[in-house]
Parts: sequence; C-alpha cells; structure tokens
Amino acid sequence: MINLHWLYVLAGAMFAAFALGSARDSSNPRRWGNTAFWGLVAVSFWFGDLLGDIGNGILVLLLVGIAGAHLLGKGSRPSTTVEERERLSDRLGNKLFLPALIIPFTAFVGTLAFNYTPLKNTGLIDPKSVTLVLLGVGVILALIVCYAWLRPPVAAPVEEGRRLIDSIGWAVVLPQMLASLGAVFAAAGVGTTIGAMAGAIIPSGSVFLAVLLYALGMVVFTMIMGNAFAAFPVMAAAIGVPILIHQDGGNPAVIGAVGMLSGFCGTLMTPMAANFNIVPAALLELKNQYGVIKAQVPTAIPLLIANILILYFGAFR
Amino acid sequence: MINYWPLLGIALVVLGFALRFNPLLVVAVSAIATGLLGGMDFLKILGVLGKGFNDNRYVSIIYLVLPVIGLLERYGLQQRARTMIVRMRGATTGRLLVGYLAFRQVMAALGLIAVGGHAQMVRPLVAPMAEAAAEKAHGKLDEATLDRVKAMAAATDNVGVFFGEDIFIAIASILLIQGSLAGFGIQLTPFQLSVWAIPSAICAFIIHGTRALLLDRQLGRRAK
Repeated sequence: MINLHWLYVLAGAMFAAFALGSARDSSNPRRWGNTAFWGLVAVSFWFGDLLGDIGNGILVLLLVGIAGAHLLGKGSRPSTTVEERERLSDRLGNKLFLPALIIPFTAFVGTLAFNYTPLKNTGLIDPKSVTLVLLGVGVILALIVCYAWLRPPVAAPVEEGRRLIDSIGWAVVLPQMLASLGAVFAAAGVGTTIGAMAGAIIPSGSVFLAVLLYALGMVVFTMIMGNAFAAFPVMAAAIGVPILIHQDGGNPAVIGAVGMLSGFCGTLMTPMAANFNIVPAALLELKNQYGVIKAQVPTAIPLLIANILILYFGAFR
Repeated sequence: MINYWPLLGIALVVLGFALRFNPLLVVAVSAIATGLLGGMDFLKILGVLGKGFNDNRYVSIIYLVLPVIGLLERYGLQQRARTMIVRMRGATTGRLLVGYLAFRQVMAALGLIAVGGHAQMVRPLVAPMAEAAAEKAHGKLDEATLDRVKAMAAATDNVGVFFGEDIFIAIASILLIQGSLAGFGIQLTPFQLSVWAIPSAICAFIIHGTRALLLDRQLGRRAK
C-alpha cells in the first residue's frame, strides 16, 4: 500500500539534493548553513522514525540554532534572466501551463477516481493520505513531461527548487515547529486552563452573550494554537455542549459547524497558522512577513460577525 | 487547583512575534518555558517537541512541488501567465480574484482541496496574473502596491479553501466536529454538519469578493 512513508522517502531525497546543491554553491556566502539545515530536514524525513522522541527533539534544536544564529543565506547564481524568460515564454506559448496544471489535474482526477470507483477497495493507496499521495504522483508526472518536452539540464529541477526553498528559508519548518508547540501546550495543560477560564466567565441568562463568548473563544484559542482543530474540542467542552446545547437547547449541528468556522476566521489572523499565512508571504517574496495576514483581517472580522449571527439565528430559531 | 503559569508561554509567543525575533527561536523558547512552568522536566519537553515535529512531517510534503514550479519559471511560466491576462479583454485584478475565489470554494466543496494552494497555484499563476492585470489597468505600480496585490491573491486562496472545504462531508474538520460531539453523546451525520457550512461560505464569498472588487478602485486611486 502506498502511504505517507513513500512520500517521506521522496521528500527526504529532494531535501538531500538541496543540501548537496547548497554545498556546491559558492555564490552563497552562508552555504554551509544551508547545507546543514536542508541536510537535517532530509535526515528528519528519512530517519525520523528511528531517531526516537529525544533524538528528534535534538534535531529540532539544531534547526532552531541554525536559523536563530542567522546562518541561512541565498545563492546568487543566475537561473535564466527575465529577458530570456520573456523569449522562452513567447516561443513555448500557452503549452507552458500544461505541466503546471498536471499537479492539480492529477489531484482532481485521482480524487474522483479514488472516491467513486472500486479503486478504494484495492488497497493500492492508504485512504488516509490519498490527497498527499496524489500530489506526489502529480509531481513525478509533471517532472517526466518537463524532461521530455523542455530537455532541461539534468540538475535543473533541483537547482530551481533550491532557489525557491532558499527564498522561503527557515519558514519551511515553521508549520511543523508550531505543531510541536501545540503538543507541548497540550501536555502542559494550556487547553484545559483556557477552557476552564472561558467556562468560568460565562454569563447566565443571555443566550446571545454565550454565543458571542463561544465564537470569540474559538477565535482567540485558534489564534494561539494556530489551528481551529485544537480549539474546537476545548471550546465545545467548555461552552458549546454544556451551555449552548444542553442548557439553552441550541441546534448541535449549527453549534458544531459554525463554531468551527468561527475558528477559521481566527486562522486568517494569526502568524501561528504559518503554512497559510507566513510561508506564502515568503513564497511571494513580500517585504512584510505579515502581509498576507494584513490582507486577511478586513475579511476575517466581518466574516466572524456573520458567523456569530448565523450561530445565533441558526441555532436558536 | 488549575495551574495558570503555563499561560505565560502564550505571552512569550505573542511578545516574540511582535518584536520580530526569529519565529523558530520564539517557538522553541516558548515551548521550553511553557513545559517547565507546567511542571515537565527538560527531557520530557524535548521528547514532546521532537515527537510533534516528527508526527507532523506531512505538512511539509507540499514542498515537493517546488522543483516543478521552479523549473517552469525558468522557462517563463510567470511571464506566460502575465501575457495571457494582458491579452484578455475586461480582465481586472478584482474580477480575476473573484473568479479564483469561486473556483477555489467550489473545488474545496467537492473535496478537491489540492486543486489550488500557494506553492502550486498562487505563486506561479494567480499572483503574476493579478499583478499583470493591475499594471495593465493602472500602469507601472510601486513595490508596496504590488505586494498588496500579491498578498490579496494569497488571502483569496486561504479564504476560498477555508470557507469551501467544510461543505464536503469527508473533510477532516467535519469528522473532528462529529467525533468531538459524539464524545458528549450527541450523534450527528457529516451531512447535517456540512449543510451548515453553506451560509458561512456564501458570506465569505460576498465579503471577500467585495473586497477584491474594491481593490480595483483603490489601485486606480493609488496610480493617479
């Protein structure tokens, strides 16, 4: 069965290639920092399960040390110039979109084929990781097409990928780091403390205030933890179930679904949701690392108000 | 008696991010401080941190697309995306983003969340298209304005997927809600939950779509 481990082997190979490419890149004044950083990420993908928890913890501290000491740099070796790209783009035409669309198209067709045909029962792909496996398949197909059509130098995908990964830099591992922070928060009892606090300040008698507190609690806790999944069980236990559903008789489907979506408004406003908010800012080479969040806040706040109204009028008609 | 001390760890994160220290450093320091205040010993914290990192490697799988995207950029993909938009009549940044928002929401609602995303769609296609449309209508724009356009393209991707995916019944968050409530003896089907994601999805489309269209006007004012 094709599962996540196949992808980890592939990702490990990619990061190992990035590390080797970094080591050979004399145009990067901090090349050994990059070599060590991407090398450690490769080690994590390949041998993470063999290192043990403490071993992985040390690996994390090494990554943090490299990033914290500003040992990561960028090479300045040219890929193609803007003029060359203009010329190539004119020559190759709209066909250039095709390899780029292979990845989403594979996801599209693959997901449909997997969910609506007997393929699901063949055990070929682990049902828990279908989306990611299809992403990997799409990448390999796209690379094959690119090699056959464009005939780039053999190492070009690694070098171009390295250009992009270096522009993201340390932010590459931030989402994983934040997930581990969430695990430490949970182990130290932060969630239960917040839940108890929210439960303790609940006003009695006002359904609207209870709804408001529930939605705001989802937002604040989501902003702290970086995702609404960690916030939902805590807020459901503190307010959603005992107060809104049992005491006030609200519709549980609305309380559940729209409660989660209120949390998503928080996801739009926090740097802790790094894969959605910080990594794209790096990927798009924005000057302000909080630029994406700034663009989202004016959507998130009115949308939160809308969700609170949906919660109130939907659950307590 | 509840131990409130670990909450200091949250304050450390907020402070660290606000003062713009390296976020990896902020997270590591906060994790260690929170753990110690919560009564864990250092090795235990190191273990939890390491296990969390290892268990969440799947979030980094997305970087596999970078070699393909980088390679196509080498052959002029971003330039191609610009050319296409410039030749399209009536294309503006706002209309393009409204179109992408609708596309992303509908795809996510069908469970196709991988059709889209920052690395595979926004950087190579949506952002350069949005920039080209802005410059086509308003002439050369300064870097701060272009950054705003790019940030809005990324924001549109996020809003689209967040407020589309819960309409699909087999998505992780719907299953999490169902599971959590089942733990309290409240039995719901995924369908009952996903129906209630529709009103929010419509509101998200109206609010964010309006903002995208207003961006066109703001760009016009900025350029004058």
